Amino acid sequence: MGKLFSLMGRLFRFYYDGFKNMSVWGKRVWLIIIIKLFIILAILKVFFFQDFLKRKYDNDKQRSDYVIEQLINSPDNHD
Amino acid sequence: MIDNIDLGLVDWSRAQFALTAIYHWLFVPLTLGLSFILAITETIYFKTGNEDWKRLTRFWMTLFGINFAIGVATGIILEFEFGTNWSNYSWFVGDIFGAPLAIEGILAFFLESTFVAVMFFGWNKVSKKFHLTSTWLVAIGANLSALWILVANAWMQNPVGMAFNPETARNEMVSFWAVLFNQVATDKFLHTISSGFLLASMFVVSISSWYLIRKREELMAKRSILVGAVFGLLSSLMVAYTGDESARTLAKVQPVKFASMEALFKGKSNAGLVAVGFLKDNGKKMGDRNIKDIAFSIKIPGLMSILTGGNTDSYVPGIEDHVFGNDSLGIMSVAEKKARGHYAKDILTSYQVAHRKNDTPQADSLKNVLLTSEYQDTYFRYFGYSSIDKPEDVVPDVSISFYSFHLMVILGFYFIMIFALAIHLLFKGTISKNKWFLWLALLSMPLPYLASELGWILAEMGRQPWIIQDLMTVSKGVSKITSGSVITTFILFAVLFTGLLISEVSIMVKQIKTGPKH
Repeated sequence: MGKLFSLMGRLFRFYYDGFKNMSVWGKRVWLIIIIKLFIILAILKVFFFQDFLKRKYDNDKQRSDYVIEQLINSPDNHD
Repeated sequence: MIDNIDLGLVDWSRAQFALTAIYHWLFVPLTLGLSFILAITETIYFKTGNEDWKRLTRFWMTLFGINFAIGVATGIILEFEFGTNWSNYSWFVGDIFGAPLAIEGILAFFLESTFVAVMFFGWNKVSKKFHLTSTWLVAIGANLSALWILVANAWMQNPVGMAFNPETARNEMVSFWAVLFNQVATDKFLHTISSGFLLASMFVVSISSWYLIRKREELMAKRSILVGAVFGLLSSLMVAYTGDESARTLAKVQPVKFASMEALFKGKSNAGLVAVGFLKDNGKKMGDRNIKDIAFSIKIPGLMSILTGGNTDSYVPGIEDHVFGNDSLGIMSVAEKKARGHYAKDILTSYQVAHRKNDTPQADSLKNVLLTSEYQDTYFRYFGYSSIDKPEDVVPDVSISFYSFHLMVILGFYFIMIFALAIHLLFKGTISKNKWFLWLALLSMPLPYLASELGWILAEMGRQPWIIQDLMTVSKGVSKITSGSVITTFILFAVLFTGLLISEVSIMVKQIKTGPKH
């Protein structure tokens, strides 16, 4: 148990020191990563990219029926 | 509810996916290739103990880090688009894509993120050996991540190892190994990673040339050019070899794409391979399509026949053979494939009707038919043709296929020449004096990006109208959402990705101007 805690502590220290002593460019790209992930996950995913079938239908059976309907009955776009 | 899909929606959805994929692919190949260059230079440092090699490795690692950080997660957006814009397609292939993408996610997370941290934070904190191992694992992990994405893409080009489940409307994997060792996947993986190696090599040679032009960091620049040019030359040769293998596979599994790449409307024996050429309309039509002729070309006589059939007498089928069929060669016409696709669709429709009417005996009987290998292999494999209107609709845009293919190949040979020349000048000891070469190398930096994107344009535009070869057309795969919402997100992506690209270039330029730390 003691060894595990020691390893965890060393790991924490490794990352802590790494981030603390990061160069200017490193800090800048981390800022970009955080902004980018916020835009992708908190804005684009939530407001613009909801799963179409999950939003429209409650279960997989309904989703399957809908897709089969699309495959066999929906109009062709080549028409 | 929108009752009819409009063509604007399909076009905008395609444009959005293309935009996202093209931008995503600006970041990926540099990561794939530069990670291996770092592993090589760090190995030299490990073996020699020479601190100059460590300094050199750390400099390129900085540029790798910038590219990795800006590019990371840009691929997630493609997965969002699957669920929102391409829900029919996404549902239809879900079980096939699930395994490769899950493996990719786990590998990307554990191998890349863990060992990337050791690469950047671990200098002087972990042993040299462990640090070097981490660098190699980042390179291997990044390239293995690409493998799984490319396996998924290859399945769309050549669907194998699956069976269609009529109850769930999904293709289910029946052989993981067939999906993994799909010939298209093998070719695509080797061709794509070697093109990434090539791109990164040119990146290293170009930036190093800039240092030599500015008479700065000459030792580091020359050593970098040596590693970049040797790795680049080997990669370029591998790109040429794997490209040739890919073309041979295409001739078998996507023959219309193959014929379009060479603008071969009429099949022929002793067919030459076009090295350079231009197209023109010849005034004739195939249905409502204008037929293109090669207006001017430099051809290598008989080579296309040799490559596809082993000798100059070998007949290379043209687009017409694939559209209208050729009994003597056993090539099925689009009309026959349409008949089979419609039969597959009719059985599926009857099954659905029986199911809805709770006619269990009839539904069970039809389900047994749907699950037979005869139905799956003889009829369902042409299911997508039930959505094809006119036979010529299976032909992609010949001009796009022809020019993207030939420009990519011309650039490929140009890269071989540049890398060979760099090695020659280095060993002659005159590279610093040959300013023309240094400028040429510097200005060549965007060309591998162009070649790489052209390769993807050929792969994706060349397989139109299919989203999954022979099984599903692009217009069947799209979600019934409004084109307005797709246009909105298209603009958002254009702004976001352009912002990311500007950030990457500006941070990189600043680091390059600063140079390696002393």
